[in-house]
Amino acid sequence: MALEQQTPPFVELRGVSKFYSGVRALEGVDLSCRQGSIHAILGENGAGKSTLIKIMSGVVRPDTGTVSVAGVQHQFNKPADAVRTGIVSVYQELSLIPDLTVAENISISDPPRRFGLIDSRAQTRRAEALLARIHCEDVDPRAVVRDLSLSRRQMVEIAKAIGKAPELLILDEATSALTSRDVETIYRVLDQLRQDGVGMLFISHRMHEVEALCDTLSVFRNGRHIETFAKGAHGQDEIVKLMIGRDIVHQFPPPPVPQERKPHLVVEGLRWEDRLHGVSLTVGKGEIVGLGGLDGQGQKEFLLALFGVLRGVSGTVSIEGRAASPSSPADAKGGANRIALVPEDRKTEGLMLPMSVADNLLSAAYDKVLRGPFIDPEKSRRAVADAIAKLQIKVARPDDAVATLSGGNQQKVVIAKWLMTDPGLVLLNDPTRGIDVGTKQEIYQLMRNLADQGTAILFYSTDYAELIGLCDRVLVMYDGRIVTELAGDEATEERLVAAALNIRSTDTPREGARQ
Amino acid sequence: MSAITQGSSVSEATAPRSSAILISIKQNRGFYGAIVLLVLLYLVYNLLHPRGFTANVLIANANESAVLCFVAIAQALAVVTGGLDLSVGAVMTLTNTIASWLVRGEPWQIILGCLVTLASGTAFGFVNGLIIVYGRLQPIIATLASGAVAMGLALLLRPTPGGDVDGDLGWAATNSLRDLFETYGLFDDGEAPWLQPIAWFPVPLLIIIVVVGMVWIPLRRTVTGRTLYAIGSSEGAAYMSGLPIDRARLLAFTLAGFFAGCGGLYLAIQTGVGNADISQAGVYTLNSIAAVVLGGISLLGGIGSAVGAIFGAMILRVISFYFRVLSIDPLMQTLVEGVVLLAAVSLGTLRILRVKNRLELFR
Repeated sequence: MALEQQTPPFVELRGVSKFYSGVRALEGVDLSCRQGSIHAILGENGAGKSTLIKIMSGVVRPDTGTVSVAGVQHQFNKPADAVRTGIVSVYQELSLIPDLTVAENISISDPPRRFGLIDSRAQTRRAEALLARIHCEDVDPRAVVRDLSLSRRQMVEIAKAIGKAPELLILDEATSALTSRDVETIYRVLDQLRQDGVGMLFISHRMHEVEALCDTLSVFRNGRHIETFAKGAHGQDEIVKLMIGRDIVHQFPPPPVPQERKPHLVVEGLRWEDRLHGVSLTVGKGEIVGLGGLDGQGQKEFLLALFGVLRGVSGTVSIEGRAASPSSPADAKGGANRIALVPEDRKTEGLMLPMSVADNLLSAAYDKVLRGPFIDPEKSRRAVADAIAKLQIKVARPDDAVATLSGGNQQKVVIAKWLMTDPGLVLLNDPTRGIDVGTKQEIYQLMRNLADQGTAILFYSTDYAELIGLCDRVLVMYDGRIVTELAGDEATEERLVAAALNIRSTDTPREGARQ
Repeated sequence: MSAITQGSSVSEATAPRSSAILISIKQNRGFYGAIVLLVLLYLVYNLLHPRGFTANVLIANANESAVLCFVAIAQALAVVTGGLDLSVGAVMTLTNTIASWLVRGEPWQIILGCLVTLASGTAFGFVNGLIIVYGRLQPIIATLASGAVAMGLALLLRPTPGGDVDGDLGWAATNSLRDLFETYGLFDDGEAPWLQPIAWFPVPLLIIIVVVGMVWIPLRRTVTGRTLYAIGSSEGAAYMSGLPIDRARLLAFTLAGFFAGCGGLYLAIQTGVGNADISQAGVYTLNSIAAVVLGGISLLGGIGSAVGAIFGAMILRVISFYFRVLSIDPLMQTLVEGVVLLAAVSLGTLRILRVKNRLELFR
């Protein structure tokens, strides 16, 4: 490429690896970023994109390998070190402080001073100038960030980053919260920055944005850098193939013969805030339905809405033909609803870590072990022993604190705890994340057994192989809607990835089947 | 890394089945530590005391500890849920003044007076609970304010110390079992032969045991009681498990009011008067927090029991008994007590030394 000869790389990574407790996040990555270029990083969930960014911006240190900026090798101990060399990040999770004003936020790390004190007038002027630069004059620098919409906050975040005079600007999903008008503005701003010689790393799940903005693309997969190429060198289908590659094959229980099923859960037009835009679906008795799509497309919110955690949900939900709109988890698990939710974060939502395995197992199903108003010790002991045996939880004594168990066994405790409530509908939020392969397979088998006994299962996973191998049907969500339904053999990695990116793969069936 | 995994898998698979008491000790180090500390301190105290190891010393000490025990139990209920109740001392004072008006006269009047006193403490705790649960206020703030209200009411009831609480009851409740039965002419005036082996037992200790046995022990075996611990451990997980969080927290503060009421009632019976003493209320609240920490209850919530609070309260009291036998200058007493309190409260932060991931310090 002629382009690559023009400028020497500004940031250069050599042999960078990062492992989290033995699990590969990045391995042997070489990557160069040039000034005056917009460089897209593409990859599935867990491909290592966020780790890459964290290393470049000084949030985490690589286990091995080097990071050089403008030819000089650096070791970043904290984000401020990276900023000093000109690497500035705009994060997906906003880093603004809600109770401070826009101007205060923009200048938070290095405010203009007069006689040693912060010069608030200069600070406001600076904010005005930066906001004007990104065509965001409608934001008042004196407004408190809390009062701004998500899209405006994101713009303030970008203004803050530009204010640090970046040489390389990292945009991690920076456009995901923007309205389409703001996206247009940002395109122009980024283009201007490119002409000014700023380099940019652009991480986005939106293929059309990548196509419109970037000149260089790099694909990551399973923590490895697969290929870097100029825009136009590969078509969309080829890019998707690069992102998937060949993966480890999981062992899944054989799926049952497709059949007509009596509907258990019927959802029509579920809406909540700006995260769910009318979700409709049906889950039959004994059916495992997968929820797919990229992270953050409303899957988690959808499960929480069904479980009665969210306020202000509209739309209709019925279970076995009866209207069901639980107002709390207590309501959702009880009565005729019989819903169980294995939550996303087992450490804060699933378990009470200092308490014993027995207490945790019983915590959702005390009504099953009561005698009168009191907890019956004998019934409890038997129920706990049953659950431990059924899920083969490896624990020396049921009285041990659950914090002493391994991650996989903790997850088994969460699942067992909910199975003790005898649910009719089980919602699972990425239940196999961060656990070992052996336990994963036990959980797959358990889910299939449950389904065979007539339980309806709705299963969100970030692992495409699971969705394909385990589910009877897969529904792919994008931007708070279900955009694609793939039944049985229709579910392939290509189609799932294409649907997750909301691009029309040439052979995607039933496009938008359940809008 | 691999060594760690190996170690944990070994302990999971082949850990020897140790006896139940050993496991219990391992899991409740703070609680058993408190018992050992109390026993040691009290043994040495009795050795130093000229009339050590006699029933009279025990009775006097039990009397001096009872009120703090009740107030510490009240505090323990709030702390187990991860909150603090800063009104326990004030509610104790308020009920003390109420009792000083009502606990006198005919036997039925005395009984009614006791019940009304306890009910008013309970009601005050219930209001605390309502403010915290439905007003969504932090317990520490809500009870700081409501404690001031309780003190205000107490001052209205007893602008100056006074009252004449039934003297017989005062004698009976602060001495040995024999004296109790003698006062009311039961069991041959307490001389029945079967009674003799336990006739020396201090009545205040018995009262604490009975109240705890009737309220706390059953509570631990209800869903609401378990929910108290679940809230303190991880409120998010408790909510997602569908546990009755609001009900449990309401009950915790209501019972805190009840136990503070027990303390106030006992104080009135013991002293015979009601006294709206602001500094005394503050000292009791502070001591209750120290007692709870000494008794092995985590200020972060989720760990500990009311029984631990009792031991914690007794440890604090025994430390102050030492002032007498060691004849420390009374002017030094406040200073030494302050240092002991500070040390006790600091015990709760020892876990920080064990935290490996610094991020966890901020959780």
